[in-house]
Amino acid sequence: MDLITEKIKKTSLSTKQDRFGKIISGMALLLITSVVVLIFGFVMTRGIATFTTDKVSVSKFLFGTNWNPSVVDPKTNQPGIGALPLIVGSLAVTFLAALIATPFAIGTAVFMTEIAKKRGAKIMQPVIELLVGIPSVVYGVIGLTVVVPAVRALFGGTGLGILSGTIVLFVMILPTITSMTVDTLKAVPRHYRESALAIGATRWQMIYKVILRAATPGILTAIVFGMARAFGEALAVQMVIGNSAMMPTSLVAPAATLTSVLTMGIGNTVMGTLQNNVLWSLAMILLLMSLVFNLLIRLIGRKGELK
Amino acid sequence: MNAKTADKIATAVIYAIAGSVVLVLVAMLAFILVRGLPHLSWHFLTAQARSFEAGGGIGIQLFNSFYLLILAMLISFPIALFAAMYLNEYAKPSIWISIVRTAIEVMSSLPSVVVGLFGFLIFVVKFKLGFSIISGAIALTFFNLPILTRSIETSLSQIPDLQREAGAALGLSRFETVIHIILPASVPSIVTGVVISAGRVFGEAAALIFTAGQSAPALNFGDWNPFNTASPLSPFRPAETLAVHIWKINSEGIMPDLSAVSAGASAVLIIVVLLFNFSARRLGQLLYKKLTKS
Repeated sequence: MDLITEKIKKTSLSTKQDRFGKIISGMALLLITSVVVLIFGFVMTRGIATFTTDKVSVSKFLFGTNWNPSVVDPKTNQPGIGALPLIVGSLAVTFLAALIATPFAIGTAVFMTEIAKKRGAKIMQPVIELLVGIPSVVYGVIGLTVVVPAVRALFGGTGLGILSGTIVLFVMILPTITSMTVDTLKAVPRHYRESALAIGATRWQMIYKVILRAATPGILTAIVFGMARAFGEALAVQMVIGNSAMMPTSLVAPAATLTSVLTMGIGNTVMGTLQNNVLWSLAMILLLMSLVFNLLIRLIGRKGELK
Repeated sequence: MNAKTADKIATAVIYAIAGSVVLVLVAMLAFILVRGLPHLSWHFLTAQARSFEAGGGIGIQLFNSFYLLILAMLISFPIALFAAMYLNEYAKPSIWISIVRTAIEVMSSLPSVVVGLFGFLIFVVKFKLGFSIISGAIALTFFNLPILTRSIETSLSQIPDLQREAGAALGLSRFETVIHIILPASVPSIVTGVVISAGRVFGEAAALIFTAGQSAPALNFGDWNPFNTASPLSPFRPAETLAVHIWKINSEGIMPDLSAVSAGASAVLIIVVLLFNFSARRLGQLLYKKLTKS
């Protein structure tokens, strides 16, 4: 074989480099994906142990109302592993916070995109970014030193409870929902606004009847994102919720959430015991819920596309 | 009610809402800073924490926070960079890529306490590393990877394809094009993304409680040999960070000067995070000017 054919047939330096780049960057991607798989694998196998090795029935765990894993209930001869109070606590703070945050988020987003664009960009944008940046423990400290005493003064009791948790979470998820709503509102085509105004709509009619309708799927996605954040938030909630795992009867009575019980309990139990396994089952619920939120976001996205 | 009155009322309500959001932020920042700043002193920033008597500081916690941040960034940046490179430069639309994208999305929405629990299970218990800097750094890496990957990918995708075509026309391999053309062009926005994510990592606590631990043993700042456990650089010592410290003293509630230390530490945490946020954009702009001048 002569020299030229050999030279052409050999892999060139560029091809080798390209392969090297592809392999090394592909490996990084593989690493990230496998971390996700590992997280799910390990937490799930741990979480399922409650039901397989300890033979706890799923319905007892999900719908039981007595949470006290370290004490054996003399009536049933089983420790209290009913997680319903925690699930209800988590869902309550999540939905209430989203309920309060949504009108504020939409109002702020409309202000930034439709009413005062210049001031929106100059003042509101940095405000929202700063709010996103504040660490959750700081929200917890503010909750503990401002919100809890205020609730205590207004409603009596300790001040710790679902209401305080809701208020803290409301401020925490507000920037998340707002900034995503701003993005959707910006994506509504300009000619929607122009057509609405051209047929004589006032600005509010344009916003309410056209823009918000067109942006509904995006706004829903933003709300679900905010809820996912609220559901998984641990420390800020744990600091103000009171950590009493009883079925919540009022908004101002101490309660507990999945995350608050996890943060308090996992260090105090021994690996492999029932007390420890049920905690991992709580973590599993958290994981599954975050999957559900992801799925919801996808469904909303697909529905929105069809239009 | 006629349409014009409705319009006026709605506008007023929206103004009020936007105003109240600004007010909430200003009130929170003022509250933290006004309460915290009077407690800040050189002694507070450098002294060791005390659990049962007044007059402790946050020196070790502050050092731990920065050390963990640097370690976590050192581990996560190259991984995120290469992963983003694959997603933006090599990937063709396929089922595998969409699975990977979903995985990254799911990972970014995982509750950080679950990430911390996973780190606890794997590194603290299984690998017997105990509560240690290295466990904490890896947990923070998991927490940080999806955010950083996405932000770097966005930075890369903002570089026009013209640049890639120019590279290909010169006979450069795709890898060379990325390393020599695309990456330098996107450095300013990558830096902005990295610094913003650094702010988030600095304030993270839930992922660290069970990985880096909740205790800060005394350190010997004269000993910089990473293999001695008293050395500040040792990756195998437990390391409570500033954010974890704030959480712990507040939930224990036994420190006599709790409110002072908590206020001071929160102020320090906020100031550092705000500095990160402000400098992120500035740094990006500055780099952009420097890099495009020549």
